[in-house]
Amino acid sequence: MIINHPLLGPRDSAEFTYLGDARLIDRPDWQSQTAARDFYEYGYLRENPAGWHEELWFHEAGDRSWLVVTRNTVTHEISKVEMARDVARKRGRST
Amino acid sequence: MRYSGLRVIKEALTGHKGWQPAWRDPEPQAAYDIVIIGGGGHGLATAYYLAKEFGQKRIAVLEKGWIGGGNVGRNTTIIRSNYLLDGNEPFYEFSLKLWEGLEQDFNYNAMISQRGILNLIHSDAQRDAFTRRGNAMILNGADAEMLSTEQIKARYPFLNTDDARFPIKGGLAQHRGGTVRHDAVAWGYARGADSHGVDIIQNCEVTGFRIANGKCTGVETTRGFIGAGKVGCAVAGSSSRLMSHAGMRLPMESHVLQAFVSEGLKPVLPGVITFGAGHFYCSQSDKGGLVFGGDIDGYNSYAQRGNLPVVEDVCEGGMAIFPSFGRARLLRMWGGIMDMSMDGSPIIDRTETEGLYFNGGWCYGGFKATPASGYCFAHLLAKDAPHPTATAYRFDRFEKGRMIDEKGMGNQPNLH
Amino acid sequence: MTQKNRLQGGQVDTTTTCKFKFDGKSYTAHSGDTLASALLANGVRLMGRSFKYHRPRGVLSAGSEEPNALVELRNGARQEPNTRATTIEMFDGLSANSQNRLGSLRFDLLAINDRFSNFLAAGFYYKTFMWPAAFWEKIYEPIIRKAAGLGSLSLQDDPDVYDKGFLHCDLLIIGAGPAGLMAALTAGRAGANVILADEDFRMGGRLNSETFSIDDAAGADWAAATVAELANLPNVRLMSRTTVIGAFDHGIYGAVERVSDHLPTPEVGKPRQVLWRIYTKQTVLAAGAIERPIAFENNDRPGIMLASSIRSYANRFAVAADQRVAVFTNNDDGHRTAADLHAKGVKISAVVDVRADAPRSHDYEVLHGEVVNTKGRLGLAFAEVKLADGTMRVLECGALGMAGGWNPNVHMTCHQRGRPAWNEDIAAFVPGGALPPGMSVAGAANGAFSTYAALTSGAAAAQKALGLKGRLPATPQAEDAPVNLKPFWYVEGCSRAWLDLQNDVTVKDVKLSHQEGFRSVEHLKRYTTLGMATDQGKTSNMGGLAIMAELAGKAIPEVGTTIFRPPYTPTAIGVLAGRHRGQEFHPKRLTPSHRWAEEQGAVFVEVGNWLRAQWFPRAGETHWRETVDREVLATRKSVGVCDVTTLGKVDVQGADAADFLNKIYCNGFAKLAVGKTRYGLMLREDGIAMDDGTAARLAEDHFVVTTTTANALPVYRHMEFVRQCLFPDMDVQLISTTEAWAQYAVAGPNSRKLLEKIVDQDISNDAFPFMACANITICGGLRARLFRISFSGELAYEIAVPSAYGDALMRRIIEVGAEFDVTPYGTEALGVMRIEKGHAAGNELNGTTTAQNLGMGRMVSKKKDSIGSTLSEREGLNAEGDVRQVGIRPVNPDDPVPAGAHLMNATGPVDAGHDQGYATSACFSPNLGHAIALGFLKDGANRMGEKMRLVSPLTGIDVQVEIVSAHFVDPEGERLRA
Repeated sequence: MIINHPLLGPRDSAEFTYLGDARLIDRPDWQSQTAARDFYEYGYLRENPAGWHEELWFHEAGDRSWLVVTRNTVTHEISKVEMARDVARKRGRST
Repeated sequence: MRYSGLRVIKEALTGHKGWQPAWRDPEPQAAYDIVIIGGGGHGLATAYYLAKEFGQKRIAVLEKGWIGGGNVGRNTTIIRSNYLLDGNEPFYEFSLKLWEGLEQDFNYNAMISQRGILNLIHSDAQRDAFTRRGNAMILNGADAEMLSTEQIKARYPFLNTDDARFPIKGGLAQHRGGTVRHDAVAWGYARGADSHGVDIIQNCEVTGFRIANGKCTGVETTRGFIGAGKVGCAVAGSSSRLMSHAGMRLPMESHVLQAFVSEGLKPVLPGVITFGAGHFYCSQSDKGGLVFGGDIDGYNSYAQRGNLPVVEDVCEGGMAIFPSFGRARLLRMWGGIMDMSMDGSPIIDRTETEGLYFNGGWCYGGFKATPASGYCFAHLLAKDAPHPTATAYRFDRFEKGRMIDEKGMGNQPNLH
Repeated sequence: MTQKNRLQGGQVDTTTTCKFKFDGKSYTAHSGDTLASALLANGVRLMGRSFKYHRPRGVLSAGSEEPNALVELRNGARQEPNTRATTIEMFDGLSANSQNRLGSLRFDLLAINDRFSNFLAAGFYYKTFMWPAAFWEKIYEPIIRKAAGLGSLSLQDDPDVYDKGFLHCDLLIIGAGPAGLMAALTAGRAGANVILADEDFRMGGRLNSETFSIDDAAGADWAAATVAELANLPNVRLMSRTTVIGAFDHGIYGAVERVSDHLPTPEVGKPRQVLWRIYTKQTVLAAGAIERPIAFENNDRPGIMLASSIRSYANRFAVAADQRVAVFTNNDDGHRTAADLHAKGVKISAVVDVRADAPRSHDYEVLHGEVVNTKGRLGLAFAEVKLADGTMRVLECGALGMAGGWNPNVHMTCHQRGRPAWNEDIAAFVPGGALPPGMSVAGAANGAFSTYAALTSGAAAAQKALGLKGRLPATPQAEDAPVNLKPFWYVEGCSRAWLDLQNDVTVKDVKLSHQEGFRSVEHLKRYTTLGMATDQGKTSNMGGLAIMAELAGKAIPEVGTTIFRPPYTPTAIGVLAGRHRGQEFHPKRLTPSHRWAEEQGAVFVEVGNWLRAQWFPRAGETHWRETVDREVLATRKSVGVCDVTTLGKVDVQGADAADFLNKIYCNGFAKLAVGKTRYGLMLREDGIAMDDGTAARLAEDHFVVTTTTANALPVYRHMEFVRQCLFPDMDVQLISTTEAWAQYAVAGPNSRKLLEKIVDQDISNDAFPFMACANITICGGLRARLFRISFSGELAYEIAVPSAYGDALMRRIIEVGAEFDVTPYGTEALGVMRIEKGHAAGNELNGTTTAQNLGMGRMVSKKKDSIGSTLSEREGLNAEGDVRQVGIRPVNPDDPVPAGAHLMNATGPVDAGHDQGYATSACFSPNLGHAIALGFLKDGANRMGEKMRLVSPLTGIDVQVEIVSAHFVDPEGERLRA
């Protein structure tokens, strides 16, 4: 596969290491009343869709950016690639 | 109809006119006591044992395509019980024991061949880990033997023991491990289940569950609603998709695992060999093909195909230990979809919906588990209690922190 | 021997003569021949044996779809089993042997199977060989295995080199027949970056095998001229002898170029084959079509061939398949074979056409009827024809062409999600469904069978792929005959009529499969093995499908097709591995002082990709233990030095660096003073210990984190995840500096004295106490880092210098340390000392242990949020009586306490149900004079002093042990602080 890195252009996916669902960005609040349950769901439960999937790839043999790749798990088509950091900020992870 | 050598001779002499269909092709009835979703190895085995061992009646297996078309039809055919952890080893050993009597039990030659499996060791830490594992196997009543490099060399003189980047320092063997003609497992269970009255319904895809007041009363299918007292799901690879119809999110991801077969060759490999320092394992089928595989591709996928980097990675591992295989040709590559669970171990459990039961999360280890998985799932469905060897395969083990993590890779499915 | 079937003309070079051997017998051929054409030229029809019944087999085709004529090519280590004679390019000295036979090819003893074929029907083996159970492995299976398989591997290491490469292009064209050439011409002239790949050694496809003309030139000449023009275009790369094996995601194609297979041995420095990964924006698949046979009784004899291949042998290779040729056809194309061979002076016995309205000929007889049987023991002698009026005719012929129509070569269109669609006009599947993105199909592969249509569609496909505007280039004049075909798959009433010639699957088997309920295409394939041979059903699947459809009363497309999967043709495992074998399997990472260690005679050990010195034997030492014991004792007595460069190092800088470390470590770092180092335990988010190491605070905003060797990469990746994905606005930057710094542990009571000779500043205990760290200079100004940390439990330091100075530093340490008898030690002594000290390492941090298990439960701070802290509180990870790390010593000092052995109560059963724990790491402690081990034991903290059994039934060990503290040496830690 080819991942179109927002900074570096198209790169072979072999340069990357895969982590999983981009919801791993949404790490729960440790002080919430439901933290135990939240962390369990965060850590273990997955939508695992057959179709579009936002997922985390690390450019390990490249610039070490974490990327959020929107990829179809049925066709492997990639529709969007973003810097994970930007996505994290958009999702309110700025401190 | 009973299969036997005599029968084969009789039919040969009478023009093969007497052979009956291995299983019927019934129309679905309006309702069953138990509906199993998934006509793969696990689903068919479940139905077979439900009918044969647990005295259940009115059972149907619903298959969206053709039976045996999932992972039982696309694996590398290996059976073994060389597990480490308490939650796993008794289960897999139970499975291996079932394999050992299976052909006579279901009257079908699945070519179960205990030609042995050998895990190569390349470092001291690996030896320590395999020693622990071998001991756990023996303490659980399984067989294991630690082989020296010399013993391995004698058995496999063409293994690369001279010029290896990661020298072979021994190996853990399980002589009762081996291979099975995988398709025949599905067919044998299907034929056996059918002969015990199970309706096997192909081309019948489940599109939803009918759930009322927290109880599952049947399934919606492409061939209409089918009522059920209990519904058992055994659709590994598609578990998340199916269970989403019941509003469940599962602790697993779907990943593609590629496998490979070479052209037919005269026998060279007597047993199964697993390379401990690369991603490669290999056996040779009775037809002569080298059957081999390696790692999963590593990204979520429902496409039954992989990509070239893993193909190359696997062949590199192959050439690292078998430099004489360079001129053998890879004939075919294919991909199967794995339920990669969060700790690398499966789930056989009730769900929060009454009457709805789940079997899945087999990662790439489902084939060898087929008999025990079927037996234990049948036990759970029939008795509403887990089989003693499958008590740990619960949904709630993640929330409670009781993971069964053989590889110690944590909650990242693609590392198991 | 003369080449009795050699004709005039063709594209072989009759001015050269190659000598070759088949089954030890010598023959001659010409360059431009294949092994198959050369054997036919020499009148050899018998080339192999079938898989199951060991029936005599000749060549069926003239291409890579060949199922029959498989041979073992070459001898010795280069022996290559199952090689299709139709693709073996002739060279002088070629040697090949027939395979899959017991005895000679003519008298194969296993041909007895054919006599018993009735007992060996499809799937017979599933129904028998079950009694007695033990007989399967002992008796039946060994016999079956020996009889099965095809060719043999030499089992000698493959002596050839394989390479890999990457190519990029705008347009990849697969197949250089009329469509592919025209596509290349169109794209090439437009300036696009084009790769044209063809599996053949001569481009041109069917143009080389037909007598058609294009404009005024012979088709083959037009092809040659076109290739010549393309060769002159700098933007076109022509790749003959290159098989595109698969269409992978995002326009990546795998292709194998056979660089040297047409030579006796590869030229020096040249690979045998190259695997190309081709990255292309667009692809035109112009892979042509494959003719299909017709099933009739005994249609498998040598001499019975695809009609088009008889034409190929005559027109391209100047070889008559035999002196008497008949044709059995259901379409006009079959007549071309008769016409072409007749024109070359070969006798045409007759053309048998199933159609009443077949074209007539003045030159040979055309019969309306069907071939219903054949005769001939080792090769075709007679064909029995049943005419439409019911009368029988016997044709004398040594070759019979089967012309059942053509199947577009849709193989690669199915590699992703494409599923072929049925085209009634040509009674064949054409590309359908979702093709691989960027792929279009042209020519016969798309069902456009005439030459004119192929040329036109090739140009159009290229133009469309590249988005070129304007009119299509004019298509040259070429034949444009329609397909006149009557679908005809098998002769009514036939039984032993072969569909899959290699696997011996007959019409009868398909019928039996249907009778027994194996009716889906996949069941048919798996039950009968139809299409599972080395040609993957290219010539057999269609016939099987058609018969299954008829039996099921369905149309063919309703029955469906099996899936074509890569590779397009079988591909050497060697080329897929490339150079990654032997010592080059994985790269070797060497530390800066590797050469120094080599000079000391170090024994190295693989640690991941690193090579580390395991121990440094000295003259007179006869056993590794002797060496390691000396290294340990010398270090604990005076001073030792160990290369620890391989430990992961991550530089952490920024205003929020301390906060960041607070997140990744379960213990606190905010209050760590500048100039201090702290041990840190890192958890995974699931609460399990991930890695441990130290973090040294060199400045308010600057830490250096170390990781274990094995986890250097995953830990760094994890830290970047935490930084970029979880805390994107923390002011912190990370960089891996593992390779940037060479680092050495200097340990032992004299370590300070030694380092004082190197370090430029005061490192007395007061100035530089335990756990101190600093940027320093050494040797009069070289920048370095010094950490007072200890893995061995001794007074110890780790000193780091930029990698370029690693070798020099090591040499200097040895030099100035001579007066203290400084001893280099390797990973083994390092391991012994850490076990003696009770430090956890990889064997303990095995991915399932918690901080509590390691006895570090109190380190997990509850006052802050760190990765893993919440999930570490789950009940299953905090169970009463859970395992704790302990020390294990043998009651009898001579006993071993091996790692991997399990702990059992002193009395009571020894089985899994009574398992108490296990030994994780073990060594011989030269300081204590006996073996020691670390281990995990249930409720271990409360069982000190307990006597237990340590059992390893795997290795025959059962010893009495005592549970002790894991800190075997200096439990109070006085030495560290000295």
